[in-house]
Amino acid sequence: MSVAVAPPTTTAVAGNTRPRGNRGVLPGFRLSLGYTLTYLSLIVLIPLAGLVFKSADLGWTGFWEAVASPRALAAYRLTFGAAFAAAAVNLVFGLVTAWVLARYDFPGKGFIDALVDLPFALPTAVAGISLTALYAENGWLGRFIEPLGLKVAFAPTGVAIAMIFVGLPFVVRTVQPVLLEIDIQMEEAAATLGATRLQTAFRVILPAITAPALTGLALAFARAVGEYGSIVFISGNMPMKTEIVPLLIVTKLEQFDYPGATALALVMLAASFVMLMIINGLQAWIRRHGGEGEARK
Amino acid sequence: MRGAKVVGAQTIALRDSPWLRRTLIAVTLGFLALFVVIPIAAVFVEALSKGIGSYAEAVFEPETRAAIKLTLITAAISVPLNLVFGVAAAWLICKYKFPGKSALLTLIDLPFSVSPVISGLIFVLLLGARGVFGPWLEDHDIKIIFAVPGIVLATTFVTFPFVAREVIPVMQDGGNDEEEQALTLGASGWQILFHVTLPKVRWGLLYGIVLCNARAMGEFGAVSVVSGHIRGHTNTIPLQVEILYNEYNIAAAFSVASILTLLALGTLGAKKLVEHRRLAA
Repeated sequence: MSVAVAPPTTTAVAGNTRPRGNRGVLPGFRLSLGYTLTYLSLIVLIPLAGLVFKSADLGWTGFWEAVASPRALAAYRLTFGAAFAAAAVNLVFGLVTAWVLARYDFPGKGFIDALVDLPFALPTAVAGISLTALYAENGWLGRFIEPLGLKVAFAPTGVAIAMIFVGLPFVVRTVQPVLLEIDIQMEEAAATLGATRLQTAFRVILPAITAPALTGLALAFARAVGEYGSIVFISGNMPMKTEIVPLLIVTKLEQFDYPGATALALVMLAASFVMLMIINGLQAWIRRHGGEGEARK
Repeated sequence: MRGAKVVGAQTIALRDSPWLRRTLIAVTLGFLALFVVIPIAAVFVEALSKGIGSYAEAVFEPETRAAIKLTLITAAISVPLNLVFGVAAAWLICKYKFPGKSALLTLIDLPFSVSPVISGLIFVLLLGARGVFGPWLEDHDIKIIFAVPGIVLATTFVTFPFVAREVIPVMQDGGNDEEEQALTLGASGWQILFHVTLPKVRWGLLYGIVLCNARAMGEFGAVSVVSGHIRGHTNTIPLQVEILYNEYNIAAAFSVASILTLLALGTLGAKKLVEHRRLAA
């Protein structure tokens, strides 16, 4: 199911059958290259470059004031802290879910497997109002949780809950294909050589799924950091308390503080680039060491 | 395929003890129930909390109808744009060898790692009244931000990678043998594309379209930033949900949200179907 074709494979095929084609023999290279680059530039690259260009208007002091204000610092703390907590929860439960789906058979498994993808498909605004209704004081879940002294809706915990929802599929979908492809014979060999199940888990299975699990963790974290739609409803949006960075950007925009919004957006964009590098690095590592189990988003 | 491997995993002394199995399955079911099943159920329960009559009223109310129309228009423009791009990019990446290919793949994925809010913001900064091209657009009386074109642009940005990233792996797997045979038989590039390559990747293509469409119709953050929230004019379905919710019209908000929930469930159904077909093929 998982597609593990690294680009060199196919190009090698093309290269072998037709020695003349150092590029490939099929027509359309210039057209597809031109179209791809033009469209990519118009929709993605030029607009993103505009952000960098605009932030230059700000000057260093203005930039620093916008990105290091106490309100912004509180927003970073909440956004990155809650995103990390949510990604950690998704790592633990994602590993269990991936193991159950890859290794056990039970009735309704196909349905359960499909459910994992739901957070990808459900619009975030819908998730936001639904989670808020559930965890509000008089909601289905809130009415049991609030008497215990734990406030979820309109509190930082609610932010983390929404982030768990949006990041739920990532670890499952990166680890599950690897568990399906691990050489069962390795596990059998370990068992015949007298390894206990626990030893096999730590010495055979764990090394194979470490990089995919970290990739899933990083993807879930990155998604949570940028998330907006599901969080604005449940967080209550109190400055210094439950205000996430994307919301602070929107607030600044609504007050026509364009330079401030631009500066914060640049910080977030830089953070996403760092995470993208880490994810790409992890995937390259998986390709080199794991061979088969290429992580798939 | 998956079934065979599961059987293999369970034959030898590798079987997990029954209590471990049961515990792990229970943990999985509990986690998914808490975070997926209950929220979905809540949407429909809240939507119908005031009866089927007020549900229908909320769904067929003029502002909601305008929002549905705008959402359909947006998807009808963004999805074909990204479909053509996805096929062109996949053809480029799978059929030729050239330097910078992995950099290109990273750039195609870029919109995935940009926060939706920033995806909207970049178009405001570029095309809004105070944006880079703002004065020029104003002189020529072209309105993009806080109008429908802005919504379409932001949606196109957000859904940019969907078709490409579903089609690329499938096209890679398909190889180039049939294409090269068609070429030796005298087929033109377009003939090869339409009669050989696209039929080979049709399930991946279909799945990419379904995913792209789901995101196009459901996008909230980016669209919210560029829309200006003008009722009946620049509201998509997700924005209409927000407006109703913020007016404490909770049942109506959930009624409109249930349309999007059905769309999500349909998307997952289509995914299962496509996976099934792909394995059968």
